[in-house]
Amino acid sequence: MTPRLSLTAVTRRFEGVTALDGVSLDVAAGEFLALLGGSGSGKSTLLRVIAGFETPDSGTVSLDGADLAGVPPHRRPVNMMFQSYALFPHMSVAANIGYGLRREGRPRAEIEARVAQAVATVRLEGMEKRRPDALSGGQRQRVALARALVKRPRLLLLDEPLGALDANLRERTGFELRAIQRESGAAFVMVTHDQAEALALADRVAVMDRGRLLQVAPPRELYERPATRFVATFLGAANILSGARTADGALHCHEAACTLRAPTPIPEGTAAAAIRPERIRIATTTGDNTAAGTVEEAAFRGESSLLLVRLAGGALIRVSHAEEGGAPPPRGTPVHLAWDADAVVPLAE
Amino acid sequence: MKAVLRLIPAAWLALLVAAPLVLVAIMALSWQAEGVPPYSPPWAGEGINPDNLRLLAEDPHYRDALAQSLVVAALTAGLCLLVATPMGIAIARAGRGRNALLGAVLLPFWTGFLIRIGAWIGLLRDEGWINSVLRALGWIDQPLPLLYSNGAMLLGMVHAYLPFAVLPVFAAATRLDPVLEQAAADLGATPGRAFLTITLPQLLPALAAAFLLVFIPAAGEYVIPELLGPADATLVGRVLFQEFFQNRDWPVASALAIALLALLLGPIILFQRLGRSA
Repeated sequence: MTPRLSLTAVTRRFEGVTALDGVSLDVAAGEFLALLGGSGSGKSTLLRVIAGFETPDSGTVSLDGADLAGVPPHRRPVNMMFQSYALFPHMSVAANIGYGLRREGRPRAEIEARVAQAVATVRLEGMEKRRPDALSGGQRQRVALARALVKRPRLLLLDEPLGALDANLRERTGFELRAIQRESGAAFVMVTHDQAEALALADRVAVMDRGRLLQVAPPRELYERPATRFVATFLGAANILSGARTADGALHCHEAACTLRAPTPIPEGTAAAAIRPERIRIATTTGDNTAAGTVEEAAFRGESSLLLVRLAGGALIRVSHAEEGGAPPPRGTPVHLAWDADAVVPLAE
Repeated sequence: MKAVLRLIPAAWLALLVAAPLVLVAIMALSWQAEGVPPYSPPWAGEGINPDNLRLLAEDPHYRDALAQSLVVAALTAGLCLLVATPMGIAIARAGRGRNALLGAVLLPFWTGFLIRIGAWIGLLRDEGWINSVLRALGWIDQPLPLLYSNGAMLLGMVHAYLPFAVLPVFAAATRLDPVLEQAAADLGATPGRAFLTITLPQLLPALAAAFLLVFIPAAGEYVIPELLGPADATLVGRVLFQEFFQNRDWPVASALAIALLALLLGPIILFQRLGRSA
């Protein structure tokens, strides 16, 4: 099946800076993809290339198999929700939402019906006549979403759609966004710098750094098996232990005074591995995949406690101690830690 | 101290705006007389003279002068807008060249006004540069009557008043969010459509302000029509000058001045409203 969106080796340079470096990526129809990266990672440039506001120096962008090269933004069946929302200040909510349909030259009755439907989808009934400056941030966000959705685009691009909302509204709006995406059947490509948002909303997450795609995977896989040190660091929370590969395919970590052994031999050239805090438990065993240390801090987190354990080799690692395992050991307690082999995730550089 | 500070502008307005205005109003109700000054005020025995203002309403000479002035001012303001709108937007979007371009718009403003008029005369007169070049090229035998025409007058007016129109458009255009035009394009608007439906409506208050900023002073303009316009362009400024200095009819001249002010009161109030809402 032809992917909805297909990017092949897309490269874009600005005055010597490579903003996009050979990005290849397919997005299926009806898929929700998150582009995750820090500022300067190229994620927004990629979105602008897809929308047609930037022309790639090389590589192709195609939609349902049709090359978009040379197609100006106003003729692309792609719509974008801008980070600033870009609502037209001199138009009412209804006029904003209907703008794209008027440009298509739709009959007035159809425009009115579709605008009313879009207003209902984003729950803005009664606000149709207001100007954007008389709306709250959350309401503006909904107008921007409705304005982009009402054209029934095959692909919707969202630039930090939840970025300007406060934490409370974020979670709820995120769920709504997900529901709207499922219902509309459009493919969504969302840019975000917030890993929690990406993992929570997307079917697949593409992690970008310095113009390159580092890993594209479903949220759970990305979370459990980050491919590189950068991805593991960016997703946060994982313990990253550096070490030297031994001849038999284990990783000896000097700073943790322990040996990490994965189910299969660790690839050559690997110098680090990740272990998630919740995969580490307090045990009495010794040998590979165990370490000894002292509890330095313990923080209660509701369903679990977060322990900071100083290992014999000097490294500080995070251990998530589930509450059903009993009260966590107090500060200063010497502990033995252990983890399963499949918790060891080798990281490429 | 505060009271004194407030007194300074009040005194300024009283002395230099209110007092002359009252004087002009009194003169408009006075009788023409031999002597210095050449009028006798209402309290000199003859009472209030209503004929001056009545004359303006009844005599087509004065009525036409006022009407023609408003038409010329409106044409000037309209032409200024046509030129200033693309200019102001282009300068606002010029990036690094912005200040240089803005300087180029304002530069003629700082050079002598009469020198610029003189330059136009030099270009447009029968033996002027334009006619000489056209004749040298063999395109014309007789010089084109460029100077002392309505065209020359409007050219001079637009040239003189253009900065008044460019500045408000420029200021408003710098406040536009360029992302809005991208959003319009994203929603299917061609660049022309995006300009008409998104950019232009947001500039409307500034365009109205620019129009009035040119229209108001242009309505009373005297020098440019006098030096570049046709002899039969009897604009109110010229008629006023004639009454004052040639006919020495100060009361009629004053009545004309009051009438022009009254006609411009509407646009002035409109302009101030625009300024407050912007």
